[in-house]
Amino acid sequence: MSTLELRALRKSFGTTDVIHGVDLHVADGEFVVFVGPSGCGKSTLLRLIAGLDSPTEGDILMDGQSVNAIGAADRGCAMVFQSYALYPHMTVYDNMAFGLQNAGEPADAIDAKVKAAAAQLRLDALLQRRPTQLSGGQRQRVAIGRAIVRHPKIFLFDEPLSNLDAELRVSMRSELRELHRRLQATLIYVTHDQVEAMTLADKIVVLRAGRIEQIGTPEQLYQKPCNPFVAGFIGSPRMNLLPATVMARAPALARLVPPAAALVGVRPEHWHWCADTEGLRLRIQSSEYLGGERLVRGLLDDDSLVELRTTVERAYGMGEVSYIATTPQHLHLFDAHDHRLESPKP
Amino acid sequence: MRILDFLLRTRGRQRLDWTDYLSYGYLLLGLFTLFAPVVWLIMSSFKTEAALAQFPPSFLPYAQSTVTVTGFDKPLPLFEVTLEDGRRQTLAQVNRVGIMATMVDPQSPDERLRVNIAQRKPVESVAFAWSNYTDLFQKFTFGTYLWNSVFITVVATLLTLLINSMAAFGLSKYRFSGQRGVLLLILSTLMIPPTIILVPMFLVINEIGLLNSLWGVILPAIATPTGVFLLRQYMLTIPDELLEAARMDHASEWRIYWRIVLPLSAPALAVLAIFSVMWRWNDFLLPLIVLSRNEQFTLQLALNAFQGELNTQWHYLLAMTVITLLPVTIVFAFLQRHITTGIAGAGVK
Repeated sequence: MSTLELRALRKSFGTTDVIHGVDLHVADGEFVVFVGPSGCGKSTLLRLIAGLDSPTEGDILMDGQSVNAIGAADRGCAMVFQSYALYPHMTVYDNMAFGLQNAGEPADAIDAKVKAAAAQLRLDALLQRRPTQLSGGQRQRVAIGRAIVRHPKIFLFDEPLSNLDAELRVSMRSELRELHRRLQATLIYVTHDQVEAMTLADKIVVLRAGRIEQIGTPEQLYQKPCNPFVAGFIGSPRMNLLPATVMARAPALARLVPPAAALVGVRPEHWHWCADTEGLRLRIQSSEYLGGERLVRGLLDDDSLVELRTTVERAYGMGEVSYIATTPQHLHLFDAHDHRLESPKP
Repeated sequence: MRILDFLLRTRGRQRLDWTDYLSYGYLLLGLFTLFAPVVWLIMSSFKTEAALAQFPPSFLPYAQSTVTVTGFDKPLPLFEVTLEDGRRQTLAQVNRVGIMATMVDPQSPDERLRVNIAQRKPVESVAFAWSNYTDLFQKFTFGTYLWNSVFITVVATLLTLLINSMAAFGLSKYRFSGQRGVLLLILSTLMIPPTIILVPMFLVINEIGLLNSLWGVILPAIATPTGVFLLRQYMLTIPDELLEAARMDHASEWRIYWRIVLPLSAPALAVLAIFSVMWRWNDFLLPLIVLSRNEQFTLQLALNAFQGELNTQWHYLLAMTVITLLPVTIVFAFLQRHITTGIAGAGVK
């Protein structure tokens, strides 16, 4: 267990800059998720922390000590790879014992630790199998087992759930959360899936094109995204980002938008139907029945697309015209430089 | 049973298709042309010196039957004789002068008969002359030759696998400047015929004092461009993530090589092992120039030495050739599955 600090970290491959100066502090025992679209540098960042790549510039500190000069083998991190990277020629037991053997631990201590980790992950019955004889979920657990037996300083997870089917992904997600609660270890987790990020993280780091866009708890990111990118990335379905001028068509809403605002964001769940004098005119394009709720898509007068979540009671036909509005506390405002403006008081 | 099912597979479901006749005919022809010489060699290696000189040659090894007759020290050869009165009788030959032979009836040893040699035919039976093989070990220092060959083959193959796999590991899993250059340099040595470097190699071996030492045969050829290339191509298919996982598992680079890369390269290593065994076991030129003392001869050199200028002891030579063929055959039989998969996987890419 330890803290991690990144200071002005840069990485370029040849002439391509992948990480443009990242500063980050991770507290002891924190569950941090790096999230961003593919190609944003989140995996590279993880590899830099692991020591598998070395930074072009900047420092990586663990427990306050720079580890730039220390190779991956000696940093004391453990990593779970996207492809699991289990050693195909070794049994599950040997896969988990390999790291301990490398550390030169006595055989009986290794045996005890492997057995304990296997029990935690319900792998007891599979110890003598080879990775090819395991299902995806079991392989996943072996990969995690291989990481936890060594009691590493920091756990690194590189999109560990992306190869699992949807159902397994949900159950593994809660298992991971539970595992972190038990181990109380510092954990860094990379994913492109914002739902995973929201459900797992103590702290989310949103990355785009090698830069940190925002750091915060899931609640902070959801309630106060600091720019339109984070606003659009976090939350599903996406937040509706509309030009501020659209709001002018509904006087009740226009009052809430200060002149500095260029972009207005409203989450699909924060629209409500209203009388025709109070809201924006919406020409409904489609309506999807999702069981518990209904997802309605439509066009505003300036042809910008709006999605909204609503109750299932009433079906909406295509071409139907309705009026929508939102409450001031659910209005996200951004200026022309993509900075967040504080929401107006109602 | 599964082997039989496999061998007797046909295209036609009920009766044989014409393609079945064609393919089985072709296969039998191939089997015959490939195997007939080997079978002939093995059968001949069991023939006595006299039987080898016989014309026309026989397929099975025949030897003349002999019988011990009281009053004679040595066993006498048996003949079937047509007597003057037309009766046929089996007699033993005591001696022969010109066209007349003195014969004796084994049942009545005191009676002598004089028979024209045109009137008699040797009594022959199938007999394997095992002495061709046993004599090799008793009369000659064949055991030494065998040991020399086995020692050179085994040690050289192990060293070849070790050295070549280390080079291949470096060339496939690390990035360094000049990597391509090094690989090209190694591969370009394939273009130099071994005969050209024979004399320089002899001089080098002489200078470092390895002449007349088995190590002088082993060491010069343990680094092979073919082996490095074969293993490198195979190791390229091992995912880098496995190596990174091992690095995260606190493994040193040596342990990554030894515990991860080497076991995973087993199919390619098997192919190289087979090649190396064949090269080393059949190698003639290098041992010929390095080893000049009889007690260091390999089997191939001994075979050569058996062919005298005036007289060749064919029965020993043939027996020795059979023994020489055995190891390669055995290696092939056990590792052939790896050869096909390995060559397909590593060689073609």
